[in-house]
Amino acid sequence: MSLHNYLLPALCLTLVGCGHIEPWVKPYERAHLADPIMSADPNPVSSAYLNHVHEAREGARGADGGHGGGCGCN
Amino acid sequence: MYRVFQYMPRGLSAIILAGCLSGAYAAVPQPAPDFTLKSLSGENLKLSELRGQVVLVNFWASWCGPCRQEMPELDELYQRYRKLGFTILGVNVEQNTAAAQALLKEHPVHFPVLFDPQSIVSKLYNLDAMPSTVLVDRGGNVRYLHQGYVPGYEQTYQQQVSELLRE
Amino acid sequence: MAAIKSTWPLIAVGLLLEHLPAGADVLPDQRVDALYHSYSGGGVTVSGPSVLVLKHIGQNADVSGNYYVDTVSSASIDVVSTASPYSEQRTQGNISFGYLHDKTTFNMGYTNSTESDYKANTANFDMTQSLFGDMTTVSMGYSRGWDTVGKNGQPSFSASLDRQNYTLGLSQVLSKDLLIDTSYELVTDQGFLNNPYRTVRYLDPGSGKGYSYEPERYPKTHTSNALAVTARYYLPYRARLQGEYRYYTDTWGIKAHTMALGYLQPLHDKWSLDVNYWYYTQGKADFYSDLFPYQNAQNYLARDKELSSFNSQSFGMGLSYDFTRTNWKAINKSTLNVAYNHMLFSYQDFRDVTQGGAPGQEPLYSFSADVVQLYLSVWF
Repeated sequence: MSLHNYLLPALCLTLVGCGHIEPWVKPYERAHLADPIMSADPNPVSSAYLNHVHEAREGARGADGGHGGGCGCN
Repeated sequence: MYRVFQYMPRGLSAIILAGCLSGAYAAVPQPAPDFTLKSLSGENLKLSELRGQVVLVNFWASWCGPCRQEMPELDELYQRYRKLGFTILGVNVEQNTAAAQALLKEHPVHFPVLFDPQSIVSKLYNLDAMPSTVLVDRGGNVRYLHQGYVPGYEQTYQQQVSELLRE
Repeated sequence: MAAIKSTWPLIAVGLLLEHLPAGADVLPDQRVDALYHSYSGGGVTVSGPSVLVLKHIGQNADVSGNYYVDTVSSASIDVVSTASPYSEQRTQGNISFGYLHDKTTFNMGYTNSTESDYKANTANFDMTQSLFGDMTTVSMGYSRGWDTVGKNGQPSFSASLDRQNYTLGLSQVLSKDLLIDTSYELVTDQGFLNNPYRTVRYLDPGSGKGYSYEPERYPKTHTSNALAVTARYYLPYRARLQGEYRYYTDTWGIKAHTMALGYLQPLHDKWSLDVNYWYYTQGKADFYSDLFPYQNAQNYLARDKELSSFNSQSFGMGLSYDFTRTNWKAINKSTLNVAYNHMLFSYQDFRDVTQGGAPGQEPLYSFSADVVQLYLSVWF
C-alpha cells in the first residue's frame, strides 16, 4: 500500500474538518447583505475616479481598491 | 457548487472523498422531513399529503439572482410532468414576504408557492446554499439534492424527475 | 409560459445578480458606464470622460475596458511660483479579463497612461476566493508598472521608474447586517521618483527675494505600507452606513491617517441619496522642507506640498435616479447619477510664496476644490 492511498483520505478529513465552520449567517438570512445598498463598489467608475483625485494630492497610496496604475499627476 | 447525493460506492477513500465534496452524505435514502406551510393561495400544504407523487422542493428568495433565473425552468418542468404525478413546491425563505409576493403578482408561476418566514423548514432541511432543490420520490424519501443553480441544471432535474416517475 | 420564461431572466439578471455578497462566486454584472468628471481648485482644472464597458464571455469569463481622459489646465501654486500656466491632456486605457471557476475569480489587466511627458504601463493580476459558505472572501493581487518620465521642452530627457504593488484582502460577514473588509497594500517604487520640473527653495540673502530655487532630489526607492478597514452596516429602516479607516506609513518618513464615513439612503421609489465625509492627515517626509537653510543642504530635498504635513477634508453628496425599464428588451437596470464633493486642503509647513512676506514667514497655504461627477450606468 503506497503512501498516496492514505494521503487522499487524510487530506479530505482535514478539508472536511476545516470546511465545517458553520456559517452563522445562513444562506436564507442574507437578504440584507444581498441588498444593492450593501454592495462594496456599486459605481466602479466613480470610485476609481475619486480614488485618483485623492491619490494625486495625498502622499498616501494603496489599500484603496485600485490596482496600481501610474501617471505623472502632480 | 453542484453536488448530487446518490448511493455511495464502497471503499473508504471514495466515501471520505464524497464526504468532502458533498459536506454530508446519506448511504441510504432518508425520508424527507415533513412540514406544513401556508401557500400563496392562502391554504396550508403538507408535504406528507403528497406521498405517491414525485415532489421537487425548491428553496428560493427574491433577492437571489440564480433562484429567479431558475424559476421559468421549474415552471416549464412542472407543466411538462404534472399530469404524470409530479409537483413542485416553491418554498420562499424570506422573513419579509412582501418582495416575493410583489414579484409573483407580476410574474406568476403555475406550481404552488409556500412561505417559510420563520425559517422553520429552512432549518429542518439544513439549508446550506441558495437556491437548494430537493427531489423527493413517491415513497417520501429524499433522493437528490442540488445546491445552487447554473443554466443547464434543469436538464439534470428533468432526467432525475423522469427516472423517479418511472419507479 | 413563454412570456414567463423570457421575463424572469430579464429581471433576474438585473437588480439582483449583482447583489450576492462575497463576490467570488459570481461574475460581475455586465454594464456600461459613462462619466463626466470635473475638478476645479487651487488654480487647477481637470475634466474629462471615463467610459467603462464590462461584458460576459460565456458563463465563466468577462472582459472589460475603460477609457479615461484628464484635460488639465494648470495655474497651480507650484506652477505660478516657479513657471507659467500650462495645459495638457492625459489619456488612460485599461483592458481586463476575468475568469470564474467555482468559488474562485481570477483577474488580469493592462493599463496604459499617456501624456506629453509621462508614459505609464501597468500589468495586474488578482485572485479572489470565497470560503466558509460565502461568509469570507480572501483576495490577493500583484501589479507591476513600467514608467517613462520625460520633460516638456527637453526631448533628450528620459528617465524610468518601476513600480510593484502587492495586495491582500479579507472580507468577512459578521452578521446578517454587518460586513467588514480589511485590505493591506505594499507599494514599492524605484527609479526616477521625483518631478523633473519641481524645485525646492533655500535661504539666499544675496538674491532679491531672499531665497533661491534648486531642483528637487529624491531617493531612488520608495516603499510604503497601507492597511485599511471598512465596515458596512445595514440599518433596519433600509439604509447603509459605512465607515473606513486607513493607516499609511512609508520609507520616506510619511505617516498618514484616513477616515471616511458614508451614509446611503434610498428615498421614495426611484431615488437614493448618499452623503459622505473624508478626512486625511499626513506628517511630512523626512527630507521635506518649505525652506532649506542654504543650497544643497541635504542629500535629498523636497518641497512638494504632497509630501508636507497637511490635512484635507472632503464633504460629498450624491443623488441617484433609477429609471429601470423592464420592458425594454436588452436593458435591465439604468441609473443616472450626480455627485458633488467639496474639498479643503490645509498645509502646516508649506507656504504660499505668492502672498509675499519675509522668507519663511509667508502665510501657510490652503485651498479648496470642487469636484463634480455626472454619470449614466446601464446594466444589460
